Amino acid sequence: MAKRIDVSGLTAYYGSHKAIEDISMTVEPRSVTAFIGPSGCGKSTFLRTLNRMHEVTAGGRVEGKVLLDDEDLYGTGIDPVSVRREVGMVFQRPNPFPTMSIFDNVAAGLRLNGNYKKSELADVVERSLKGANLWNEVKDRLNKPGSGLSGGQQQRLCIARAIAVEPNVLLMDEPCSALDPISTLAIEDLIGELKERFTIVIVTHNMQQAARVSDRTAFFNLSAVGQPGKLVEIDDTERIFSNPSVQATEDYISGRFG
Amino acid sequence: MSTATTAPKAASTLRGARLPKWAPWAIAAGSVAAGIGISVAAGLHSNIQWALIAAILYILGTYVIAARVENRRQATDRVVTSLVWVAFLLAVVPLASLVWSTVQRGTKVLDVYFLTHSMGVVADSETGGGIYHAILGTLQQVGLATLIAAPVGVLTAIYLVEYGRGNLARAVTFFVDVMTGIPSIVAGLFILSLMLMFDMEPFGFAGSLALAILMMPVVVRSTEEMLKLVPNELREASLALGVPKWRTILKVVLPTSLGGITTGIMLSIARIAGETAPVLLLVFGSKFINANPFEGAQASLPLYIYQQYGSGEVTAYDRAWAASLTLIAFVMILNLVARGIARWKAPKTGR
Ligand SMILES: Nc1ncnc2c1ncn2[C@@H]1O[C@H](COP(=O)(O)OP(=O)(O)OP(=O)(O)O)[C@@H](O)[C@H]1O
Ligand SMILES: [Mg+2]
Repeated sequence: MAKRIDVSGLTAYYGSHKAIEDISMTVEPRSVTAFIGPSGCGKSTFLRTLNRMHEVTAGGRVEGKVLLDDEDLYGTGIDPVSVRREVGMVFQRPNPFPTMSIFDNVAAGLRLNGNYKKSELADVVERSLKGANLWNEVKDRLNKPGSGLSGGQQQRLCIARAIAVEPNVLLMDEPCSALDPISTLAIEDLIGELKERFTIVIVTHNMQQAARVSDRTAFFNLSAVGQPGKLVEIDDTERIFSNPSVQATEDYISGRFG
Repeated sequence: MSTATTAPKAASTLRGARLPKWAPWAIAAGSVAAGIGISVAAGLHSNIQWALIAAILYILGTYVIAARVENRRQATDRVVTSLVWVAFLLAVVPLASLVWSTVQRGTKVLDVYFLTHSMGVVADSETGGGIYHAILGTLQQVGLATLIAAPVGVLTAIYLVEYGRGNLARAVTFFVDVMTGIPSIVAGLFILSLMLMFDMEPFGFAGSLALAILMMPVVVRSTEEMLKLVPNELREASLALGVPKWRTILKVVLPTSLGGITTGIMLSIARIAGETAPVLLLVFGSKFINANPFEGAQASLPLYIYQQYGSGEVTAYDRAWAASLTLIAFVMILNLVARGIARWKAPKTGR
């Protein structure tokens, strides 16, 4: 049930500080879109506007439109809680719930939302853990605490937790930045599989990763420190990495930045 | 060639002279002996004076000897370490002696009979009698106070940490701070003025209300600290799953901090269990068993201790000490339970 995201004229603030300005782009369903750009240019901020997590931060405020298929996420009468059920998120640092077991962590989304059948729960957990390539490693210790896993396993646990509620879109903010190359590879493979079912947006600082996993790549930049970040260009990944239409993109990708 | 000549020298810069392991003990023994010696010579009789002289000698001796044998940095390190030890002993010695003298004097009349009988018709000058009525009163008054203060306090803290923005939150924080400083007698007088307005006789629940006023700010403060310790990432993880905020607080934030919150509540119970002044004003005290906290005067342990001690009879002294021991035991048990819960409910990290 992947959905298309259509952003137009999006500007986000932290209090009076404008973090990103006038961003428009389209993200196709069943594709992987990578966000790249220098630190502080607003990639995370933009990502968090896509499931209304931005307004959770004190002072967070958004202008503009985000259409999920044809519905404006910022339209009147839209419940941010339902938006977040449709648009899931994986964070930079693995954050399993420390009081819950591995099983409960994966089941958390369903349990906390209250709409599930008891008989289905075990199936959903198994399916999600398999989907996150974690099942074989944890099937014998589902009742052990989730924080007892390695960092890479914890991150895959968080992915399993996110996909267990069957969102339409999965947002990932630097999901591999704390992981070793092998865990990174596991998660990249996973992204390749997940894109059959979800629309995926991933923020990464790793150019090779963007080139490996994504279909489309968006380059963000900011003109100076303190200025709002802007979308420089978005294009097919191959083109961005071989023949970008903006000079700044080429400079950034080839490391000739600043 | 160069390694051969430099190696021993390089090693020697890392290795300095060290005092042997037993040196601090030797210095301590020496300074205690010297402390006693000086005191005897000067004709001082107080144990406290001896101990202070010994402590000062110990710190001075440590510094001088360590500076001689080792170096200035090591000497400073040792002095600070010994200061910490001296401070620790200064804190522990009175506590230990308090517990010791309470146990010594309290066990004289403390037995099952004492715990299960009231003062009834026993006069202060007679032997016999017990504290059942006081235990009952304390349990009921403190229990009711907790029933009021714990939910209100926890909910206030949740408001302040999770929802509070702007002026209202700042005002609540300010009043909680002010409440923390209210002397217990003032809380008692406040409730007393209400009681006088409605022309009421002393009863247990009035005491509970005053105790709840004293307990609430402590609960708010400790719960607030515990909630702030819950990492924001956990809240965001839950919100990002599409869980409503109130459920996130209920199912993720509170369970994560439950151990700390219960510890805080237990400690605040321990604090109010020993309050005498408001109970004296509002509950008045009684020699008889009164199991109804909503009508008639009741006893309570601290009040019983105060009244027995104040009567001046030797038999009453013994009862006062035994009741003190019971009260200390009650508080200690609460503390142990709090620790147990904290450990049991702490977020699990093991594999
Ligand atoms: N909670 C916040 N409050 C105020 N300003 C913030 C907050 N979070 C981010 N910002 C500001 O918003 C801008 C964009 O930050 P953002 O975290 O989106 O950058 P980013 O592109 O994700 O950087 P990185 O690659 O380092 O993660 C920065 O100038 C930052 O200082
Ligand atoms: Mg970021």
